[in-house]
Amino acid sequence: MLELVTSRLEDAANWGRKFSLFTYPFVTACCGMEFMSVAAPKYDMARFGAEFPRFSPRQADLLMIVGTITEKQGPALRRVFDQMTEPKWVIAFGVCASTGGFYQNYHAMPGADQVIPVDVYIPGCPPRPEQVLDALIMLQDRVQRGDGHSQLRLKHEKVVREAKAAEE
Amino acid sequence: MADLKTLVMGRKDVADLDLETELPPELMTVNMGPSHPAMHGTVRIVLSVDGERIVKGDIQPGYLHRCFEKEAEHATYTQIFPYTDRLNYVSPMINNCGYAMAVEKLLGLTGHIPRRAEFIRVIVSEVSRITDHLTCVGASAMELGAFGPFLFFLKVREWLYTWLEEVSGARLTHSYVRVGGVNKDLPAGWAEKLDRRLTEMEGVMVEVESMLNLNRIFHDRMAGIGVMTRAEAIAWGQSGPIARSAGVDYDVRKDHPYSVYPEFEFDVPLGTSGDCLDRYLIRVEEIKQSTRILRQAMKMIPDGPWIIDDGKVALPPKTEAYNTIEAMIRHFKHIVDGIKVAPGECYTFLEGGNGELGFFIVSDGTGRPYKCYVRSPSFVHLSATSKLIKNHLIADIVPIFGMINMIGGECDK
Amino acid sequence: MSQKVIDALKAKFGDAIVATENQHGDDVALVKREQLLAIASFLKDDPAMLFDMPVFCTAIDLLQWRPVGDRGAPPPGSRPEYDPGEDHDGLRFEVCYQLRSLTHRHRVRIKCAVREADARVPSLAAMWPGFDWQERETFDLYGIKFDGHHDLRRIYLYDEFIGHPLRKDYPKEKRQPLVRRPDLVGDH
Repeated sequence: MLELVTSRLEDAANWGRKFSLFTYPFVTACCGMEFMSVAAPKYDMARFGAEFPRFSPRQADLLMIVGTITEKQGPALRRVFDQMTEPKWVIAFGVCASTGGFYQNYHAMPGADQVIPVDVYIPGCPPRPEQVLDALIMLQDRVQRGDGHSQLRLKHEKVVREAKAAEE
Repeated sequence: MADLKTLVMGRKDVADLDLETELPPELMTVNMGPSHPAMHGTVRIVLSVDGERIVKGDIQPGYLHRCFEKEAEHATYTQIFPYTDRLNYVSPMINNCGYAMAVEKLLGLTGHIPRRAEFIRVIVSEVSRITDHLTCVGASAMELGAFGPFLFFLKVREWLYTWLEEVSGARLTHSYVRVGGVNKDLPAGWAEKLDRRLTEMEGVMVEVESMLNLNRIFHDRMAGIGVMTRAEAIAWGQSGPIARSAGVDYDVRKDHPYSVYPEFEFDVPLGTSGDCLDRYLIRVEEIKQSTRILRQAMKMIPDGPWIIDDGKVALPPKTEAYNTIEAMIRHFKHIVDGIKVAPGECYTFLEGGNGELGFFIVSDGTGRPYKCYVRSPSFVHLSATSKLIKNHLIADIVPIFGMINMIGGECDK
Repeated sequence: MSQKVIDALKAKFGDAIVATENQHGDDVALVKREQLLAIASFLKDDPAMLFDMPVFCTAIDLLQWRPVGDRGAPPPGSRPEYDPGEDHDGLRFEVCYQLRSLTHRHRVRIKCAVREADARVPSLAAMWPGFDWQERETFDLYGIKFDGHHDLRRIYLYDEFIGHPLRKDYPKEKRQPLVRRPDLVGDH
C-alpha cells in the first residue's frame, strides 16, 4: 500500500519535473545557432516548459551539451555536471556531442558521453529545430517513466541502502 | 563573536571604528570559465581584478580547437568544404567562397568562373553577412538586457535561413559552393522571396533601431567602452567592423576587389571613436549596405552555367555520368582522388563577416592540400581584446566581447 | 605585384635573401634567420615600404613534401622534394610571415627556414603586436620557439599535451584525454 502511494507521488513529481525543465545550455559551437533558433519565437521551446536557461549548474536540471566537446573542455564539462543536483538529465545536442561527428582527431572528444552519461542523443549537423523538439518530448517521456540515468542511479542507491539496512 | 569581530575588522570595540586604514590591495582572481553565457561559445578569461576594475585579463581560447588544419591535410579539396562551413558558422557561405577562391587561384581559374556563379556567390555571401550581423547585434543586445531586439532579429534570421535552405538544402552548414562555381542553380522564384523578406527586414530594422539607437541605457553601456585607437587597430592587425570603428578605412571588397564586387555600388561605413557603440552602428549600417548590394545583384544576375565546364575541376553532369563510362570514371576519380592542384602556395583573402578572412593553401600536386591555414579574423581580434578590457569594469566585458563578435569555430579553428 | 618590395630587399640585404618567388600574385622572400629582425625593421620603418599591418604568421612542415605532377614526376620549377639529410638536419620548417601596408597597399611574405633540432626564430611580436598570439599558435602546433616573445606558452592545447600536433609525424587521431568516465572500458 505504501508503495502505491510513493509511486503515485513519484509519478506526480516526475510530471512536474518534465514540464518545467530548467536547461543549462552548455553551448560551444555551431549547434548553438540552432539552439538559439529553438528558443526563438518560431520553434518555441517555451511551449514545452523548457524556457528558462539557468546559467548556474546548481539551479539547472537539464544539461544540454550543444556543440563539439574537446579534450580541453572535458574537465570543465565534468565539473559542471558534478555540480548539478539530482535528478539531472543530459541531452547531447548535435552529432559532435553524440559521437564526435566528422571530427576524428587529436582534440575533439568522440562524444560527450566519454565524460558524462547522456540520456538523449540528437543527431544532425546541426539538427533541425523540429528534431530538437522531438528529443525534448522523448526526454519528457523518460522523465515521466523514471528512466533517466540519474533517476535510475538514485533508485539503485536507495535499493542498496535499504538492503544494507535490512541486513543490520 | 567578539573575537571574530577583532579578527575580521581589527577593532576591539564597536566605537573603535578605523576608517583610515585601507583594506589590503590584493588583486582577486576571477575566472570567467569556458562555459559562460557571455562567452559566445567557449573562451576562458582569467581576470585579475581590483574591486570591480580589471587589472589584467588573460584570455585563453582553444576550447573549441577542432583541428581544421589537420583534418584538411587528410581530406580532398572538395571534402574540406563542410569543414569550412563550421569555421565562422554564422556566415558559412563566406567561408565556403573564400576557400573556393583560394583553390581556384592555385588552379589558375580566377576570372574564368562563369558570371552567374560569381553573382550567386556574391548573393549568398551577402545574405550570410546579414545573418552574421543580425546574430551578433541580437545576442549582444540580449546580454545587455534588451531581449526584444534579440527575438526580432532571430525572427528575421529564420526567414533568411529558410531562404538559404531553399537554395542550398541546409539551414546553417550549407556547403553550397564548389571549386569552379556553386553546387546547383538558384531555385525558381528566389528573387521575389528574397526581395519580400528584405523589405520585411527593413521594417524590423526600423523597430530595433528605434529601441536601441537613442536608448540611454544602451548608450551608457556601449559608448566610450573598449576604445581602440587607429594606430592600435593597425598594429594589432584588426580588420572588419572593429578596424573600421577606429577609423581604419580598410574593406577587402573595396581595396582588393574580388569576384564581381567592382560592379556594385555600396558604401563602407567608417567610425570615429573606436568604441563599442561605433561597432554596433557600423554593423547595423552594413546590414543596410548588404541589402543594397543584394537588390542590385537581383537585377544584374545573368543567365548561364553555375559551375565551370572543366572536367578536371567540376563533376560531370549526372546525365553523362549515368550514361557514359568516361564520365562515370571521371566522377569516381574526382570523388576519390580529388582535384589535382599543381604544387604551389598562395594566400587568398576576402571580407568575412568579421574582417579579413584568408586561406593560405600549400598544394603538392595531389588531390589533398599539403597545408591549409586559415587566417581567422576572430583570433586576431581576440588577442587585442585582452588589451581592450583593461581598466574597465567586469560588467564592461559583456559589450566588448559581444561587439568583437568572436566566433568560437573561427577563432579556435 | 609588389616586385619593387622584393627588389628593394635584394638591393639592401643582398645575400641575406636566399630566394624570392612570385607565385599567383604573391611575392615571397626566403630570408636568413640572422637577418630577420633587421629585414623586419626595414620593412616596417622605411617610408617606401611601411608595412604596418600584420596579416598572419604560420609555419610549413616539409617532412613529407613530395610534389607530384602529371604522370607522377615532380613538375619543373616546384620546390624540390624534402631531403631529411643525415642526422635529420634538413631544413624542415619554414616559418612564414605575411605583411601588408595600408598606405602603399602592397603585400609581402617573408619566410625563414629552420632545422628541426634548432627550431627557433626571433619573435616579431614586439614590432607588430598582431603576431603575438599567432606566434604562440605556431609554437603550440609546430613547436617552433620564438626568441624574445614575452609570453610563449600554448594557446590552443592544454599544458598537459605532449607533442606538437600539426607536425607531419603526429598521427591525426592520437588523443591525449584529460578525463574520462570511470566506467568506460577499452581505449578511447
